[in-house]
Amino acid sequence: MVAKYLLFLGCAIPYRVSALEVSSRKILEKLGVELVEMPEFNCCGLPLDPVSHETMLLLAARNLAIAEQKGLNILTFCPGCAGTLKKVRKTLKEDKALRDGINRQLKETDLEFKGTVDAKHLIQVLIEDVGLERIAQSVVNPLTKVRVAEHNGCHILRPSSFIGFDDPEDPKTLKTLVEVTGATCLDYMDETECCGAPSVGVNDKVALQLARDKLSHIKAVDAQALITICPFCHIMYDTNELRIERTFNETYGIPILHYSQLLGLAMGLSPAELAFNELRVNASKLLEHL
Amino acid sequence: MAECKEKETNKPTKLDPQFKYQISKMHGGEKLMRCFQCGTCTSDCPVARFSDTYRPRQIIRMAQLGMKDKVLSSDTLWLCAACFTCTDRCPQDVEVANVIRVLRNLAAEEGYIPQVFKEQFDSILESGYAYKIPELRLKKRETSGLPPLPKGNQQKIKKTLSEVHLFKDKQKEGQ
Repeated sequence: MVAKYLLFLGCAIPYRVSALEVSSRKILEKLGVELVEMPEFNCCGLPLDPVSHETMLLLAARNLAIAEQKGLNILTFCPGCAGTLKKVRKTLKEDKALRDGINRQLKETDLEFKGTVDAKHLIQVLIEDVGLERIAQSVVNPLTKVRVAEHNGCHILRPSSFIGFDDPEDPKTLKTLVEVTGATCLDYMDETECCGAPSVGVNDKVALQLARDKLSHIKAVDAQALITICPFCHIMYDTNELRIERTFNETYGIPILHYSQLLGLAMGLSPAELAFNELRVNASKLLEHL
Repeated sequence: MAECKEKETNKPTKLDPQFKYQISKMHGGEKLMRCFQCGTCTSDCPVARFSDTYRPRQIIRMAQLGMKDKVLSSDTLWLCAACFTCTDRCPQDVEVANVIRVLRNLAAEEGYIPQVFKEQFDSILESGYAYKIPELRLKKRETSGLPPLPKGNQQKIKKTLSEVHLFKDKQKEGQ
């Protein structure tokens, strides 16, 4: 066994992005990372931060305190959850007054935040715990004919003073992880730009324009697929690509893959095992290149 | 978002000179007064690129000047995508996205809350999850070979959030 983590699934993944969970669990099993299920669940708190910072702090601290009781670090497949738990961990460790206030409330359910466990996103575990060498060894079907673009999204990188992972202005980790599958990872304009998902429902026009902007930059470099690591970014591109094509009278036809699906293919897992049937944008053309 | 419509008025804007101090006392709003209006936040903001109204620099200035009612009742406050590009690049380390979040929290206290947040709060209190997971999804987990979803402990979540002022009436209803 390489590492053992408490899996924090979050809300978006079981709600509508199960392909991310299915494929991530499969690759982690192959790489020797053991996952323990959360004994009980509540949201990381991020969705409520805009209306109540206190609610977010309490929900996040509760999860961290539960993980502390289990004595395990947290692994998430969602950068939003990982980022929130990281931020709250750092904030509460550094601010005693705030920590005391949160702990007074956590005590109501016999919990206490001490700050002894960390939270990591899947790609952080892959690069830091598993390591490139071990991942390279797991590749039995190098994807040498495949050219893709990657999209990190925001919360895996920013705010950098809290997250402290990779270079937010020129991130390299995901690119490296893509290239270890044998695929070519293309550079394109505005790689670190937001997908627009948080603006859906507030102003759909702005959100769609952001997603369209990214898709057009990816099309310009002739990428065969876009690789994401976040359930919200994935929903934003995969669900809206057809809508963007209709709205702006353009054609993209770019399948949106979870990184775990790409690595899974390179590990020799079948598209069915990696839940490719859940993708809205058809990936069959890409699969012909394997 | 109907409840957040900006109120057009011919009266001169009311100013609250205490507003900036109120913000500066809140977690994340401490560095509001450092802003010298360079505009890095707006020029790097992905939302501002495609929106005709959202300008983080302007919101910060209005907050500094005490335009409380105008800022808190404004629709544009809810456009920030929380990408934290402004926070990362601000030369004065204002933590712009956090100031925007503080302003949203204050707007929520004044009753300007988009409906979606009420729904998510209720869902978390009820199940632990921010969205209501459809029954079909839960059944599909079994056939996909996924373990059952961890359940939320309704009673413990309610206890944890019992001192939160927001949606207080709703919580009492649920207890």
